[in-house]
Amino acid sequence: MAALGAAAPSTAGPATRAIDWQLATVTATRDETPTVRSFTLGLPGWTGHRAGQHLDLRLTAADGYSVERSYSIASEPERAGEVDITVERIEGGEVSPFLHEVVVPGDRLEVRGPIGGYFVWGASLGGPLLLVAGGSGVVPLMAMARHRARAGMTIPTRLLFSSRGFDEIIYREELERLAAAGDGFEVIHTLTRQQPAGWTGYGRRIDESMLAEVLEPLGASTRAYACGPTALVEVAANALVRLGLPPDRIRTERFGPTGT
Amino acid sequence: MTEPFVTRGFVGRRDQEDSGGISGDERGRRTPPGQYLTNDFPVLSAGPTPRTPLDRWAFRIEGLVSHPLEWSWSEFLALPAREWVVDISCVTKWTHLDMRWKGVSLDTLFENVELEPSAAFVIAWSDGGYTTNLPLADVLNNQAFVAFEYDGRPLAPEHGGPARLVVPARYFWKSAKWVRGLRIQDRDEPGFWESLGYHNRGDQWLEERYSGD
Amino acid sequence: MDERIAEMRDDPAVDLTVDGNAIGGMLATMFGVDVTGSPGQCAHCHTVSVVGTMRVYMRGPGVVVRCPACAQVVMRIVKTPTGTYLDVSGASFVRIAR
Ligand SMILES: Cc1cc2nc3c(=O)[nH]c(=O)nc-3n(C[C@H](O)[C@H](O)[C@H](O)COP(=O)(O)OP(=O)(O)OC[C@H]3O[C@@H](n4cnc5c(N)ncnc54)[C@H](O)[C@@H]3O)c2cc1C
Ligand SMILES: [Zn+2]
Repeated sequence: MAALGAAAPSTAGPATRAIDWQLATVTATRDETPTVRSFTLGLPGWTGHRAGQHLDLRLTAADGYSVERSYSIASEPERAGEVDITVERIEGGEVSPFLHEVVVPGDRLEVRGPIGGYFVWGASLGGPLLLVAGGSGVVPLMAMARHRARAGMTIPTRLLFSSRGFDEIIYREELERLAAAGDGFEVIHTLTRQQPAGWTGYGRRIDESMLAEVLEPLGASTRAYACGPTALVEVAANALVRLGLPPDRIRTERFGPTGT
Repeated sequence: MTEPFVTRGFVGRRDQEDSGGISGDERGRRTPPGQYLTNDFPVLSAGPTPRTPLDRWAFRIEGLVSHPLEWSWSEFLALPAREWVVDISCVTKWTHLDMRWKGVSLDTLFENVELEPSAAFVIAWSDGGYTTNLPLADVLNNQAFVAFEYDGRPLAPEHGGPARLVVPARYFWKSAKWVRGLRIQDRDEPGFWESLGYHNRGDQWLEERYSGD
Repeated sequence: MDERIAEMRDDPAVDLTVDGNAIGGMLATMFGVDVTGSPGQCAHCHTVSVVGTMRVYMRGPGVVVRCPACAQVVMRIVKTPTGTYLDVSGASFVRIAR
């Protein structure tokens, strides 16, 4: 392709281009749920990202075999020099079990990014905002919520978050804190497999009537972002179109086969 | 060139534990170079799963044959079929030993048509537009069959059902899912993956993964 | 809505599809910039869609990018140990921003 080699770094500084692989150092890990762990990656050459973007992570074996996966950036753009990713452990997977079982602080990982000019959100896009997440699909939406809070925005925002059970709700306490701030951010949970005694939230998979109820207070000019296992994103995106949201205000990020 | 970076502790996929009572030695002997053993049946996908109703399904042999021939689904099921237990290797590096299929040998299909003397290559084509190419000599003598059952059940749509080609001696991309016909030609014609960097023949024992590498 | 799209959404293997966004990094390495926010036109049905919204199948020998409107192949990418093969014959254009 003629395009190869045509790119020159846009700045002369130490920043690394998003298209280059760079070495990140794992500086911290944190368990979010029994099967989900966050990793803080120190990235001296990071150019900064927008909420919703992801990075690619590459693992390389000594014999040269390598494999790449995408992980959304969980942290808000305001944090400089490091990013958080949050990884769900997929049974039988090649990369996510490795990250959970082998990677510890001090390890180095190759990453490329930030990536994505489409599934992104910032103040200029405005709201109201409907965020629809299934499991680890909450990660890029969390970057949006954190960005919104850090920047002091009050755009009405509702997060509809589907998890299997109460203990599997990723970022549960932080989401509670964000919702308690009283700046127009709300979280609506649905627990698809197990609900604790006295649970008053939804207790089924996301469907059209649930989306209708959650969307209703936000109105017809809502911008929607749906992210998670592909099957969930399909359901959400189709339902939102039927509920009258213009397709160009619905953005999706399918995670692929992440199990259910 | 700087030293390539190696991720600490990463080795890639490892052989899955055996579930079929085959000795370690034999497992080793039956694993082509660069492959790992799995008990799973991963779904490979290049596009949406086609949904041709069985009453509109037909299997066709055309090209360098005296008369093109077409079988409806019920006619196809009435052909002599047999069980095949074969090892399958995918270019994405998994090998699954002793996969059990039911299907019709290509020899049986060819008995019904008269091949022209110049016939030399088979182009398998599928619902959804997929194609793959094979020399005729590589599919004769029970080297290939059209399967409609896997492991005692109708072949699932995501695995190529209602019927797929199976060519065990080649990487699995040659085993066209949703196969609907064979075109017999005198010249070769690279298929969907063969035309974009994959090896024209794809023999897993010779590790013929890519063309020109 | 197009029958093909209904089929795509009803697919038993639907979990294996992702959005064009997912290959943003790979495309950026090839084109020099992130094209996921850029438009591309399907050569089959002439629909213009943002690359990030195209349908991507990457669980196979290579990457297949399909038009979100008609499901036809827009791009194919195969990475071999020594290079990358790119087929864009299913696209009338892909805009690469400067
Ligand atoms: C843009 C983007 C952003 C993402 N962000 C995140 C994130 O923030 N957090 C997160 O946890 N994940 C995220 N993902 C998903 C992530 O990239 C990986 O897909 C996930 O971690 C699984 O990778 P793995 O290597 O562990 O599993 P894989 O080896 O890819 O396998 C995943 C599962 O699918 C099964 N499987 C694999 N291949 C097949 C096949 N061909 N047929 C049938 N089944 C198959 C496996 O058995 C396993 O159960 C994102 C994906 C995308 C595209
Ligand atoms: Zn099209």
